[in-house]
Amino acid sequence: MSAQFITPPLTPLTDDKGILLARLIDGLDTQALWWLSGYSAGLAGNQTGIAPSVGAPAVPAATPITVVYGSQTGNAKRIAERLVADLESGGAPVRLVRADALALRELKSERLLYVVISTQGDGDPPDDARGLIAHLSGKRAPQLPDLRYAVLGLGDSSYPQFNAIGRKLDSRLAELGAQRLFDLGEADLDIETIADPWRKQALDRAIELTPAATSRSSVVPLRAVASKAKHDRDAPYLAELLANQRITARGSEKDVRHIELSLAGSGLSYTPGDALGVCPQNSTELVRNVLDLLQLDGDASITQGSETHSLRHWLQVRRELTRIGRPFVAHHAAAAAHAGLNRLLAPEQSATLIKLLGSHQLIDLLRTYPARWNADELIGALRPLTPRLYSIASSQTLVGEEVHLTVAHVDYEAFGHRHQGVASNFLARSDDDARIPVFIEHNERFRLPSDGSRDIIMIGPGTGIAPFRAFVQERAATGSSGRNWLLFGNPHFQCDFLYQVEWQEALRDGRLDRLDLAFSRDQANKVYVQHRLRENGRELHDRLRNGAHLYVCGDATRMACDVEDALLDIFGEHGNGDREQAAEQLAALREEGRYARDVY
Amino acid sequence: MSTSSSSVETIKQNSQRLRGSLLDSLSDAHTGAIRADDTVLIKFHGSYQQDDRDLRDERRQQKLEPAWSFMIRTRTPGGVVTPQQWLALDAIATRYANASLRVTTRQAFQFHGVIKRELKATMQAINASLIDTVAACGDVNRNVLVSANPVESRSHALVYDWAARLSEHLKPKSRAYYEIWLDEQRIAGGETESEPMYGETYLPRKFKIAFAVPPHNDVDVFAHDLGCIAVLEDGQLAGFNISLGGGMGATHNDAETYPLLGQVIGFVRPDQLFAVAESILTTQRDFGNRDVRKRARLKYTIEDRGIDWFKSEVEQRAGFALGPARAFAFEHNGDRFGWIEGHEGRWHLTLRIEAGRVADRGKATHLTGLREIARIHRGDFRLTANQNLIIANVQAAERAAIDALVTTHQLDLYRNASPLRLNALACVALPTCGLAMAEAERYLPDLIGKVETLLAKHTLEDTPIHLRISGCPNGCSRPYLGEIALVGKAPGRYNLMLGADRRGQRLNTLHRENIDEATILGELDRLFARYAAERNTEEGFGDFLVRAKVIRPPAGIPVQVIA
Ligand code: SRM
Ligand SMILES: Cc1cc2nc3c(=O)[nH]c(=O)nc-3n(C[C@H](O)[C@H](O)[C@H](O)COP(=O)(O)OP(=O)(O)OC[C@H]3O[C@@H](n4cnc5c(N)ncnc54)[C@H](O)[C@@H]3O)c2cc1C
Ligand SMILES: Cc1cc2nc3c(=O)[nH]c(=O)nc-3n(C[C@H](O)[C@H](O)[C@H](O)COP(=O)(O)O)c2cc1C
Ligand code: SF4
Repeated sequence: MSAQFITPPLTPLTDDKGILLARLIDGLDTQALWWLSGYSAGLAGNQTGIAPSVGAPAVPAATPITVVYGSQTGNAKRIAERLVADLESGGAPVRLVRADALALRELKSERLLYVVISTQGDGDPPDDARGLIAHLSGKRAPQLPDLRYAVLGLGDSSYPQFNAIGRKLDSRLAELGAQRLFDLGEADLDIETIADPWRKQALDRAIELTPAATSRSSVVPLRAVASKAKHDRDAPYLAELLANQRITARGSEKDVRHIELSLAGSGLSYTPGDALGVCPQNSTELVRNVLDLLQLDGDASITQGSETHSLRHWLQVRRELTRIGRPFVAHHAAAAAHAGLNRLLAPEQSATLIKLLGSHQLIDLLRTYPARWNADELIGALRPLTPRLYSIASSQTLVGEEVHLTVAHVDYEAFGHRHQGVASNFLARSDDDARIPVFIEHNERFRLPSDGSRDIIMIGPGTGIAPFRAFVQERAATGSSGRNWLLFGNPHFQCDFLYQVEWQEALRDGRLDRLDLAFSRDQANKVYVQHRLRENGRELHDRLRNGAHLYVCGDATRMACDVEDALLDIFGEHGNGDREQAAEQLAALREEGRYARDVY
Repeated sequence: MSTSSSSVETIKQNSQRLRGSLLDSLSDAHTGAIRADDTVLIKFHGSYQQDDRDLRDERRQQKLEPAWSFMIRTRTPGGVVTPQQWLALDAIATRYANASLRVTTRQAFQFHGVIKRELKATMQAINASLIDTVAACGDVNRNVLVSANPVESRSHALVYDWAARLSEHLKPKSRAYYEIWLDEQRIAGGETESEPMYGETYLPRKFKIAFAVPPHNDVDVFAHDLGCIAVLEDGQLAGFNISLGGGMGATHNDAETYPLLGQVIGFVRPDQLFAVAESILTTQRDFGNRDVRKRARLKYTIEDRGIDWFKSEVEQRAGFALGPARAFAFEHNGDRFGWIEGHEGRWHLTLRIEAGRVADRGKATHLTGLREIARIHRGDFRLTANQNLIIANVQAAERAAIDALVTTHQLDLYRNASPLRLNALACVALPTCGLAMAEAERYLPDLIGKVETLLAKHTLEDTPIHLRISGCPNGCSRPYLGEIALVGKAPGRYNLMLGADRRGQRLNTLHRENIDEATILGELDRLFARYAAERNTEEGFGDFLVRAKVIRPPAGIPVQVIA
């Protein structure tokens, strides 16, 4: 829950909504506030015909009873359906949800929950409930003080783990502060023997708890508290790592991670299109190798300017070891007195030098061109370790005080040794509860159209997909009517289809209107996003003519250029003008802020 | 996939004779799966959608869909293929599937792990080898079994010929298969096409036929909807005894489902066979249970309406009465391994293929070995219903060359394995089978090893005992006809079934429910001890358990049936 604002006890709002509401009313004058209260009360009236009473009743009539089932072979589903029928005929507002369709983030806002769930495998959840059980068992499980519940477990007593899942869920919900309405039902193969009385009880309690009487609406105002100093690049926030999940499968050449961090209490907030700054640390192993190679003492205390640290600390936290610059090479060449290296520094050799800088980390330079360094000079010559940026892959409207990233782990073999990138490896090697120093890097040039009815076209191969995950989340959460067209590419369908399941769901329920895929290595001839663009040139051009916004994210070196090339051709062909005019049209789009790139 | 009857029936009804939306499903690039309804229809084309269950949870966490792939099953009556066809199938397995050929308990091949993108190419390659997959799965007549027995080559040839033609005769007539996989142009709206025998909704459930040539019952003739027991009189085929209503499939904790053996209802002359088979099929089509899929097999139709009613309905449709059943006797339902001389100085080598899986594993390079053999072999190959392989019709002069390859590629399990290992059956189960509750194929070698140790302990190592394991109660390895059977209930847990004979004429019975390996072995140890001490000479383990009243068997088929 937010540190800037405190949502009062017993509001039916989720924390996320609480924060939004708080933002909305921040600085409104009394008149506006009164108007707002009347307005929302009116809405509530239209919704339910009755308005909630002060202090939130047992079950605000607006919040329906939720019946969740986890079922492998349909038994639990069947029982759950019967219960729903009971409740409906009992006149209670009720909804039936399959466990994997229950929005976990909204659990907090549930008030009365009935769960019917079977046990499978050797005490395992049914497949459709794996996610729910995992979520509730995990440390991120929400506190559920306002929840009342009861559980019916389905099982088979010939198994050692009889009703393991029903039991687990029943006790876990209690642990999370929810209030058990009545005892866990443990059905055996003769399901009805237990299920029927359980259903009866569920119905009686529900009727008891659902308020009939209407009462006058009243508004519990939100009290804004002074927001504390924000974190930034110089004072990064130590964000707790919530998830570090590889999302490329076996057989992939890439190790891409889905990273989730908690911003709870940081006061940090972001907008889709922003990036997250990560202040990394070099791995102790790399530091050790450098020290050994230069035969330096890690404990030696070194002072630079006003700061004094051990040499080890300087190398690990304060200096770039994976990226070197020209000045350092010059410095090193002198020290190494290496003719070949010196020659590289000659102006006419700059191309070769750039190649060297791009392919050699410090350790490689030290290995190929040995030289002595003393600790002070080394720290003086190396560049300060700079933060790395990552496009934010989530929308706060959906994930509240979390931030998600899509990170390609730079991890490769070169010169007979394994190499890693400092930041991507820092994230990839961190496990739960690690604290990552972060800040928000706002990017006003990469924004969704303020007019939600505009179409958008998102070109995001590889990790370029990240900001578009945020875009689609945001557009759905804010109910934008514009069409969302995504173009994605990567080497293989089987192992590199980042967020495949999320996109499939988005397509199914219309949050994504179109998805074109280019898996380069799945056929003899390589296919990339720019090919898909060309194939659909007409459609692309039409959408742009009708005001669509175009976004490109990902690799700057090759992809961004190839895509721009394709765009120019398409403009030329369908805008029937020459390359000149095409370029002008593209420039015009950029001016209007309808062609934005986030490439790296 | 546990689809309810009604939904399957509607899907068939609306499929325009098995077309459904398969073409759209195949071209949808967002997923490696096909649409739910099409997963029902594609079975009729000989393929199943599956996913690698070992990877399911891992991929869920990776936000990836399951590792979808397709299993493809051939229609190979009697399991007879030429060396050229073997080479083609081997190439397909290597290029498109998981580099293995799976010999099934119905004398067919299965490919596993074919991805959607390459499904059509694979189907085309299979058909190019003059083998098809039509009706290899689905609610139709399935691949027709024939005793692999090649010794009585002449009579076998006669029976095989009838079986192959019957399989052809009972094929669906829809052109959907040829349009979808082989790019045949659709006849305008397909109006000119019809399914005279099956109708628009095909059968209520799968339908299975087997031909046995006594004294060998390697096909377990009584386990099938329709069993044809060849009656041979001095080398000539007099006709067939007809057995009806066999089936293995059951569901745990569902008293409405159970395995049954077929009942012999009479005799037909060869020229009457098609008429009778068709009448049986259409009677089941019209009276089979289409409301409750679990009760839709022929065996339940007969349970519900009575065998006499069914027989007279069939005779009425056929237009003649069945003759009285002739005498027949079965000796055993196993295979006979090693070299056997047949007619005209031709030799047949039966190889043991464990759980039917032909693949290269370390030094045991079975796939490569059989490729080498196929290159020089001039006879044919035959799959047995016990998941084994016969290199048939070899000239005496060519035996040596084949023996050499068999040894190099360690295809000689038949020489050194115990009788237990030679005769065991295991279904596929994990990781590909969507219905598996426990391991089977992958567990078999290990399990056999442990049981062998027990047998040795009681100096029973040379006693032939038939052990069968299925990953679930569907019974794909015909477990209910095993002297010992493990039927999967959950990971590492099985129902222990005991007491079948070795002739396929008596079902086993549930002995202990839902127990783990230790308990299973403990139980067998105890029973082996008694068996070793109290058995009569030549008395099989199953027969002993019955005599010793360890189990109470259901009534079986009389050992000697005299009409
Ligand atoms: C490959 C094979 C087992 C083997 O190890 O050889 C097999 C494998 C499967 N069988 Fe079977 N059955 C196989 C012979 C059998 C037999 C034995 C026989 O036919 O002689 C039976 C018992 C006899 C019977 O039908 O009663 C059998 C009874 C079943 C059943 C239960 C049918 C029933 O009436 O209850 C199912 C499940 C279903 O149909 O719903 C099934 C379903 C399956 C499926 C397709 C699972 C599914 O429906 O998703 C299995 C595919 C596993 C995989 O990954 O390959 N399979 N299946 C056999 C292929 C035969 C063929 O070439 O056509
Ligand atoms: C606005 C913005 C958004 C970004 N968004 C994302 C994002 O969403 N996801 C994401 O993954 N990244 C993103 N990046 C890139 C990210 O910031 C880092 O640059 C990247 O993660 C590499 O940093 P690192 O510290 O891991 O590697 P570094 O330590 O910076 O680089 C390692 C060194 O190895 C070299 N090198 C790398 N690979 C090889 C190779 N295969 N062979 C030889 N040498 C090699 C490099 O040239 C470099 O010298 C973004 C960048 C920007 C500017
Ligand atoms: C493979 C398998 C494993 C099972 N394991 C357990 C178990 O460990 N504990 C238990 O109580 N029930 C177990 N059961 C029994 C089921 O929970 C029971 O059949 C229940 O009614 C299924 O309900 P559903 O159809 O809603 O999934 C198992 C069932 C199957 C098929
Ligand atoms: S018996 Fe069950 S587990 Fe084994 S293959 Fe058949 S369906 Fe699958």
